[in-house]
Amino acid sequence: MAEVSEDSIMNTLSGVMDPEVPVLSVIDLGVIRDVRINQSHVEVDIAPTYTGCPAMDVISSSVEEAIIKLGVSKVEVNTVLTPPWTTDWISEDGKRKLLDYGIAPPKNEGNQKRELFQSAPEIACPRCKSNDTSCVSLFGSTACKSLYRCNACLEPFDYFKCL
Amino acid sequence: MMLDTCDFKTQYVLHLADDALVLGQRLSGWCGHGPILEQDIAISNISLDLIGLARQYYQYAAELIGGDTTEDSLAYFRESREFYNHLIVEQPNGDWGDTMSRQFYFDTFHFFQLQHLTRSEDLRLREIATKALKETTYHAQFSAEWIIRLGDGTKESRKRVQKSITHHFPYALEFFETTEFDKQAHDLNLGPDVRELKDKWIEKVREVLNIATLDDINSDAVAKKGGKRGIHSEEHGLILAEMQSVARSYPDAKW
Repeated sequence: MAEVSEDSIMNTLSGVMDPEVPVLSVIDLGVIRDVRINQSHVEVDIAPTYTGCPAMDVISSSVEEAIIKLGVSKVEVNTVLTPPWTTDWISEDGKRKLLDYGIAPPKNEGNQKRELFQSAPEIACPRCKSNDTSCVSLFGSTACKSLYRCNACLEPFDYFKCL
Repeated sequence: MMLDTCDFKTQYVLHLADDALVLGQRLSGWCGHGPILEQDIAISNISLDLIGLARQYYQYAAELIGGDTTEDSLAYFRESREFYNHLIVEQPNGDWGDTMSRQFYFDTFHFFQLQHLTRSEDLRLREIATKALKETTYHAQFSAEWIIRLGDGTKESRKRVQKSITHHFPYALEFFETTEFDKQAHDLNLGPDVRELKDKWIEKVREVLNIATLDDINSDAVAKKGGKRGIHSEEHGLILAEMQSVARSYPDAKW
């Protein structure tokens, strides 16, 4: 097995993108929880974003593939549920990339996240920056996004909702 | 995997899994048929969350059972009599009001059930519930908003959703019927005493029905029960026939 360091692995993983939000790497997304380098193999712990997210299987195999390219003979990708992934783990850099891509980044709502029947948060339009927007549907093109409409520029946009 | 062949904890995990799988499968029937694109996408996402949750529970149940049992053998190779889901989750999709009233009753119960499971003595159940509770909060908000929109909507939408809400109510009461595995799960501090969830559930349901300008619940209603003991409606067999057909036709098939 080739000599690898944690830094080189993390560096490689910053080039592995979320297939459904291709501007975010798995590092930006905060799903990589731990990397352990053993004598014969590398172990990676991944926190799933949504329980039923179909992208998770693709992410796991992309992570494995990327590390194998570094010359590692065996990679073990584990799914860890605890602590559960939260949008708070998306890096600041990741939030900026989301905004540039046209997706409003998650707006920290603090402990309101667990309340039953909370009202939709006020989200600024990523295009024209107006606060005059309305939530069209809590569930957008993927489970992690809500669909919003800007009442100022009239464009629809995605909001990466808090989890 | 009849009830008497596995221990109470396994029965309880299977019961949790079966609710998620059967409802997830039901909701997947809306994919491509939603009333408008946004709702088609939303309901398919909720379906995915539930199927993902079912997988977590089945993986755990398979570990508890051991041997050759896998999440797939539990989902695809059990008979209707071996499923312990509540009757409400197998009810037909009907119109959008039927689907939303079934969903609203279930989501509200599911929210309180998961809230309790996050304090389970069992680490695995605690982990699964902590994750699922966050997602379920969005489901519950979504279905409650639809009950309000349809109830406080047009004359026609109000009439139809009222009919669905009244029709599903006795099925929802099965949530609070205690079976032997519920009792044992509660004694072992794995899960809630389901009877104790009823007050919170009734309070939330009443609050939403009131905003939706719908009739108050019928306090004389009697629970329609049987699902938790493996006694299902004809619908259940049809759901399984569709869901299990590929796996049973090609039992060793790999994706």
